[in-house]
Amino acid sequence: MRTTFSEALVKQATRSDFVFLTGDLGFNALEPLQKAAGDRFINAGIAEQNMVSVAAGLAHQGLKPWAYSIAPFIYARPLEQVRNDVCLHDLPVKLVGNGGGYAYGVMGGSHHAIEDYGILLSLLNMRVFVPAFASDLPPMVDQLIQLEHPAYLRLGKDEKPKDLDLPPYAPWRKLLSGKGPTVLIVGPLAGSLLGALRSLPESKRPNSWVLTELPVEEKTLPEAFLKDIKASGHLAVVEEHVAHGGVGEAIARCLMLKGVTPGCFSHFCAQGYLSKFYGSQNFHRKECGLSPEDILKELG
Amino acid sequence: MKISIQNQVDLVEPLAETLLKSKKRLLQMHFESGVGHLGGNLSCLDSLITLYHKVLKKEDLFVLSKGHSAGALYITLWSLDRLTDDDLKLFHKDHTKLSGHPAPGWMEEITLATGSLGHGLPLACGLALAKKLKKEPGRVFCLTSDGEWEEGSNWEALIFAKHRQLENLTIMVDWNGLQGFGTTKEVAGLDSLKERFLSFGIPTDEIDGHDLKALESAWSRPAKGPRAILARTNKGRGVSFMENKMEWHYLPLNETQYRLALAEMDKK
Repeated sequence: MRTTFSEALVKQATRSDFVFLTGDLGFNALEPLQKAAGDRFINAGIAEQNMVSVAAGLAHQGLKPWAYSIAPFIYARPLEQVRNDVCLHDLPVKLVGNGGGYAYGVMGGSHHAIEDYGILLSLLNMRVFVPAFASDLPPMVDQLIQLEHPAYLRLGKDEKPKDLDLPPYAPWRKLLSGKGPTVLIVGPLAGSLLGALRSLPESKRPNSWVLTELPVEEKTLPEAFLKDIKASGHLAVVEEHVAHGGVGEAIARCLMLKGVTPGCFSHFCAQGYLSKFYGSQNFHRKECGLSPEDILKELG
Repeated sequence: MKISIQNQVDLVEPLAETLLKSKKRLLQMHFESGVGHLGGNLSCLDSLITLYHKVLKKEDLFVLSKGHSAGALYITLWSLDRLTDDDLKLFHKDHTKLSGHPAPGWMEEITLATGSLGHGLPLACGLALAKKLKKEPGRVFCLTSDGEWEEGSNWEALIFAKHRQLENLTIMVDWNGLQGFGTTKEVAGLDSLKERFLSFGIPTDEIDGHDLKALESAWSRPAKGPRAILARTNKGRGVSFMENKMEWHYLPLNETQYRLALAEMDKK
């Protein structure tokens, strides 16, 4: 996704309001952007607090800055700068975190982002974009460029099966139909999971939705999604994020407000480091019951 | 920034008179609102009045990093007729824009909201960088406290400002030597700020932060920054029972103290 992101930004790099800040990261991915943006590509060094405040100052003066780092270094380390300097002022700073969820695998907990959008969505004016597929990035970048508010873009690794056809980009997309439960998936895990779920017979195959823009709001829940929940009586939310502040909680709240109550609700989510051992992204997913095989077993 | 050096007040009144009037109005505002933080407001009012009346031009920007001195900023804007007596009456009250630390997005002259220390300078770096990238004229001035140099973000900003050669950036430190629960020397050995700034490659001048001529000269020296000014000040300046007393970081004035403070100001 990082390369697709970089390619999408290269097309924007000549805009007069373009500025890209990186916290000394981007090796082997952002070089074309660095070349295209010239003096508007700024390596702000390993100093994320300053980088985020500088981005706020740039945005105050009418520029549209992007600030990039490994995910936790852009939302956790400079959280107060995001809160006070960006969000309280409602400035159009775009934070980009590479490695959503357990994507950094065996690099360890310091590099994981399993509570990122929960934290950020609790801040005023903040929007979050979680691409599920690399092809989501060009339309998402176009949208982010236009957005006059703070936003966070959570990048991961594309897991789309080659033969999975996608409809045009939309924040809510239904990608599988069947007579099984209703499944809502957030993030790139959608690719692997859809690859597994589509093998189920129609009687068990879930109506599978992919959500890519947050927060979840009562008024933006698609009618077709609500219809699927009512028909199936079972909603499962899948996200590589802890339960607190996650999409599962937000959806449950919205459904309660709308008076829609599925008879059964499942939440597949990140659970930290249960065994206290570390491994690949798939190792951590498996440990939390988030691997496609585990979910298939539960829902199939 | 709408304020111009040629504002109406300055055409008819010497700076020292404006300053005295402003100090008394600051005491009145804090007394009427029952609000503390007077010590740090009095230590930096001279520099703010000088900056706004003598130095700031239309294209310049100012960031008050020591947000707890919002009172001094409000009074400075009052001295330029940008805030009214009615506005000041609401200081610290319900339904006010004049909160204890500057609030965002309601007044052009309050460029960015601050309050948590160590934010103003990195923000000012962003403003200065924007001017540079956009090839726009104007300078960016930032006033910090001295205690807030214990915040790591300020040192990040100093590295950035120097490396990016933000020549349009001028930093002033209100160097009153007192912080929330001790002196800056006792708490963090911050008495060697000048050496530290110089070691970051930042040209640094030390001045008497209550000498109006020295302040005007330091603030307005041609921008060859990033550069810093250490303004030696007294917390609670101008009120004998407040000067250099840590408790006046917090305490509000009672009526007797208020009258006494006003009398002292008049005598001077």
